[in-house]
Amino acid sequence: MTRSEETAWPADLSISSIPAIEAVDLTRRYQLEGVAVDALRGVSLRIDQGEFAAIVGPSGSGKSTLMHLLGCLDRPTSGVLRVNGVEMSGLSESRLAELRNRTIGFVFQSFHLLARTSALDNVALPLVYRGAGRAERRSRATAALEAVGLGHRMGHRPSQMSGGEQQRVAIARALVGEPKVLLADEPTGNLDTRNGAEVMAILDRLNSESGVAVVLVTHDQEIAAHARRQIHVRDGLIELDTATAQATGQATGQATEGAAEGGRPL
Amino acid sequence: MRGREAFVMALEALRVNRLRSALTMLGVIIGVLAVVILVSVGTGAKDAVEKQISGLGTNIILVVPGQLTVGAAPTQSRLSLADAAYVRRVVGDPAKVTVSLQSGETVRVGRTEAFVTIVGTDQNLTNIFDRPLAKGRHLSETDVDTRRRVAVLGAEVAAKMFGDIDPIGRQVSIAGARFRVVGVYATVGQTFGLSRDQEVHVPVTTAQRMIGVDRINGLAVGASGPDEIQPLQEKVVAALAARYPGEKFSAVTQTQLLGTIGSVLGMLTGVLAAIAGISLLVGGVGVSNIMLVSVRERTREIGLRKALGARQRDVLAQFLIEAVLLTTIGGVIGIVLGVGGAVAIRSLTEVPASITWWSIALAFGVSAAVGVFFGVAPARRAARLDPVIALRAE
Ligand SMILES: Nc1ncnc2c1ncn2[C@@H]1O[C@H](COP(=O)(O)OP(=O)(O)OP(=O)(O)O)[C@@H](O)[C@H]1O
Ligand SMILES: [Mg+2]
Repeated sequence: MTRSEETAWPADLSISSIPAIEAVDLTRRYQLEGVAVDALRGVSLRIDQGEFAAIVGPSGSGKSTLMHLLGCLDRPTSGVLRVNGVEMSGLSESRLAELRNRTIGFVFQSFHLLARTSALDNVALPLVYRGAGRAERRSRATAALEAVGLGHRMGHRPSQMSGGEQQRVAIARALVGEPKVLLADEPTGNLDTRNGAEVMAILDRLNSESGVAVVLVTHDQEIAAHARRQIHVRDGLIELDTATAQATGQATGQATEGAAEGGRPL
Repeated sequence: MRGREAFVMALEALRVNRLRSALTMLGVIIGVLAVVILVSVGTGAKDAVEKQISGLGTNIILVVPGQLTVGAAPTQSRLSLADAAYVRRVVGDPAKVTVSLQSGETVRVGRTEAFVTIVGTDQNLTNIFDRPLAKGRHLSETDVDTRRRVAVLGAEVAAKMFGDIDPIGRQVSIAGARFRVVGVYATVGQTFGLSRDQEVHVPVTTAQRMIGVDRINGLAVGASGPDEIQPLQEKVVAALAARYPGEKFSAVTQTQLLGTIGSVLGMLTGVLAAIAGISLLVGGVGVSNIMLVSVRERTREIGLRKALGARQRDVLAQFLIEAVLLTTIGGVIGIVLGVGGAVAIRSLTEVPASITWWSIALAFGVSAAVGVFFGVAPARRAARLDPVIALRAE
């Protein structure tokens, strides 16, 4: 698409035409005491702007490995990865850090909040690495905390908050920099059902309201059902992707069974 | 990340681990404290000796037979009063040459005894050395020519032998012979650890007879100005060498003496500072150690910061600033304590401790450098952590 066409289109349409993340044939091999472990064996996938996708699969199938690659925390052994249209393989360490800072938001199973640091300062941390001034950091962190319903907990430290609240702080931190994609690796894994449901409600709402794409890893079928798209991973391969399954006209249920041998639908 | 944020972050990390930070700083504090105090004591000692040498008088050349080395026993002298007369002719101004013959003797007044340095000299002494009188008169030419048994007492000798009584005109017994006190010197302090207030001056001729020698220990020549010193020194040495072929004579000026003593004491100060520097180094190793522990402890934090967009150099800066803060805060505390210690030493003891701005600047600079040097390895380790592995760490 040329530049003039792009400007002629409505803003939201032109943005959504560049995929948030595009992965082509990603592999990731770990060397563990001389033994090669193929955690990913050729994964292709495209996450569009504003999408909500769930990655599911058995333990050890490579879900976390995939998330780390999608979030530019790790580099693939082979394959191409484009984040917001930028090819990552050519980027230096510091450009990669910048890309993470501007386009990716992470939410972890174990929250990863800085202890002894207030909710507000935790949320503002990504903006520190962007070089934002103090006043801007404060106002944006406040807004982000209010967006997850924690406007009344800004001065609290992680140890003074419930698990659900801590994960909401982590979500606010992931969103404070207005990323294109939010990557959440088992965000409800350490929470009880009620708190898990609350976190999912927030992710749902943020996805539909602010248009940030959400990719989450989960073991919980109910959680996965929040997503409009399910990506099943097994043994380092995508076994089923409901997006492509629908595109090829297959019914979801059949595809799950049909791909059980470990085939690679694309 | 802006510099100020990195600074705030590092301060915050130190504040969180207050006790640990304080203990780590302690090593640096002790090192800097030791450097500041030892350097100030060394510098003070050097200043004091230099003041003593300058206090002798101005433009003085000391002439002795043989090779002169500081602290060595004087070689057997072949200089005599005839040589002194010869040097007087060479110099041209007889009043600018004086002689010295020294001997340790017992002085007695009634029951009071003291072992003092008897200095046989002449009326020209005060033309060359600063030797003010407290009372009475100096030795005169007649005293020397007629071998009078008269003495001028150093301030301490006078105080010890006579107390509050005026010694002028009274008798003292020196090595069994009776002398009449004609003068008392004012207090002048010590040179090279020997108190010049414990001297008793008598005419050189009288001293020669008393000791039973016809030699003198040395000559002192006064130059008329600073520019005169070197030519005069060379002239005197050359003249004596010509008179006694094959023998060696040394002439040393105050400036040369100052230079020699200064370099010896400067070296001593350097050695002291180096020893103190070792403790600073040990403090630095402590900083390195704690920073490594800190990096290990905060591995997950580092992984998280990287996930949120921290570059390697942001992490490097954070930990390096932490290490440098540890050592510079420790350094400043050490400097404050060291200056306080030096002031206390100076006012409570005889040791002359003098604080110099350069030693303070150096101590600060060195402690900052120690922070960088010992902080860089842990900070690099932190900066290079793989974020994925770091996030998974326990
Ligand atoms: N750093 C590593 N070194 C060696 N092997 C690794 C490393 N990280 C992951 N692996 C291996 O890669 C494979 C995929 O791991 P990954 O963590 O992606 O699984 P997962 O799907 O997230 O599992 P879970 O649901 O238990 O979190 C596993 O076999 C794992 O042992
Ligand atoms: Mg996992």
